[in-house]
Amino acid sequence: MRKVTIWDHLILILGAVIMMGPLVVAFLTSTHDSVDIYMSGLQFTFGDRFVPTYDKVLAHSGGFTKEVTGLTMLWNSLILGLGFAIGKIVISMMAAYAIVYFRFRFATAVFWLIFSTLLLPLEVRIIPSYEVVQKFGLLNSYAGMIVPLIASATGTFFFRQFYKSVPDELLEAARIDGAGPFKFFIDILVPLSTTMMSALFIIMFVYGWNQYLWPTLMTTDEHYFTIVRGIKQILQVWVGGNQIPAYNEAMALAILAVVPPVLVVILFQRWFIKGLTESDK
Amino acid sequence: MKRVQFQSRWVPYVLLLPQLTIVCLFFLWPAGEAIRSSFYLEDPFGFGSTFVGLDNFKTILSDPEYFKAAAFTAVFTFLVAFFALSLSLLLAVKADKVVKGATVYKTLIIWVYAVAPPVTGLIGAMLFDVNIGPFTHLAHDFGWDMRVGVNYYDTAFAMVVAAVWNQIPINFIYFLSGLQSIPKAVQEAASIDCRSSFKRFWTVTFPLLAPTGFFMLVINITYAMFDTFGLVDVMTKNEPANNPVTLVYKVYADGFRGNDLGGSSAQSVVLMIVVFALTIVQFRFVERRVHYN
Repeated sequence: MRKVTIWDHLILILGAVIMMGPLVVAFLTSTHDSVDIYMSGLQFTFGDRFVPTYDKVLAHSGGFTKEVTGLTMLWNSLILGLGFAIGKIVISMMAAYAIVYFRFRFATAVFWLIFSTLLLPLEVRIIPSYEVVQKFGLLNSYAGMIVPLIASATGTFFFRQFYKSVPDELLEAARIDGAGPFKFFIDILVPLSTTMMSALFIIMFVYGWNQYLWPTLMTTDEHYFTIVRGIKQILQVWVGGNQIPAYNEAMALAILAVVPPVLVVILFQRWFIKGLTESDK
Repeated sequence: MKRVQFQSRWVPYVLLLPQLTIVCLFFLWPAGEAIRSSFYLEDPFGFGSTFVGLDNFKTILSDPEYFKAAAFTAVFTFLVAFFALSLSLLLAVKADKVVKGATVYKTLIIWVYAVAPPVTGLIGAMLFDVNIGPFTHLAHDFGWDMRVGVNYYDTAFAMVVAAVWNQIPINFIYFLSGLQSIPKAVQEAASIDCRSSFKRFWTVTFPLLAPTGFFMLVINITYAMFDTFGLVDVMTKNEPANNPVTLVYKVYADGFRGNDLGGSSAQSVVLMIVVFALTIVQFRFVERRVHYN
């Protein structure tokens, strides 16, 4: 049989160290004074500036206007992550239900129209998308940040595959009992989909939270900055400034941007893996 | 499709309305606009535009900067896909093998999935920083005068390392689930016939994993080409002048910074063709695998 050697463990330990190392160093560095970091490089011990640095990043400084705090940015990221995940799930469940369970004219055309969105990522149509959102006056708004991101049909594809695997007998039985399309959807299909919904929710929440390019274009008003968007702001202050860059604050912000999605992935690991490995089918 | 379906004059349309509205407004319209404006020359001061046929395409295809970005994107994509796939395969094979601590290893490796590319870029920029980066110090110890952000190749190297690091977890998850779906009976039969575990891996496990691997190759190419935007943006520190940039970054930089809408749209259209080709390859493969199952 397969014998597990010490080498197998060593490779895995090395892998884990390489994966964790950069974030651990980032966290440790964020607890030191920026002058110390400037003098002696990134830090590998826990420093004494943890509370003041994080307090400053969360509640005081930020941006050019000095009005936006880390907490505001975290809140905006949360709205983006939740709004995107929930919006996408609701819309794609409805669309997939129509595609799988109804016979109607133009069904094939609708199917191809929706799935053509899988062909072009937002990045390659970024400028015209920006102009469209601008025409609707949605710059600097949550709707402008969230809704265009929902246009891709990954979720619809995911639920379509799942609905197709639901046994036909369920619908037959429900119809004999006199259930209409809405009753069947709400009372039977939605409860059956909870695992799929949770799996997709985790993936989409992390995806929404981590968006960078789109929120960067959408928001010029700092009150709508997400925390990932805030990273760019840090760099602009950095590049322009002559004084010692606030390395500790930059690292603290990076850590704050990472902690919520990481917690979601770790806590809901099983669903998350299920979502990823099921959705590729 | 289902054998039994509902019949209704309006319900399916109501259900589809939100999705179709969003698709039309934020997908079809912009995509069409990108294609249209790739044939037009936009006045930089906003006074209308003139039809110029394929001139924008001719301009970008004869621009040495565009070729530089295209060459970098190709090399970058190849390196990221190669190393991200092979390293994660190695880790997945080991994680599939061990019993003790398997869950812990798995968690420690996959949580990096949740790190956003620009955050990876920021941490990478710090680790490779000219003044404070430990990797820079290490390189100096070996006589390598590493200057990330100044030297083109050093920056490219740092970008590849950061992008591979960011992409390993998702590959690891797919490979591990692929390995675990290989029937135990097959593996046991193989271990009776062949004592060398190395040879067994290449002759039995690897071919069985090939369908997953092929699908992931497409995912990795897509990641390296498109999703690394934030990483590239942060690691070049808003100064793309002498630094390597990917084609997606150039679409953004030329369109927003350079105000060259026609050229930027023509670049978008070229990328659309690339994605289109990738998607067709992926779909054909998915169909074949469904058939295979």
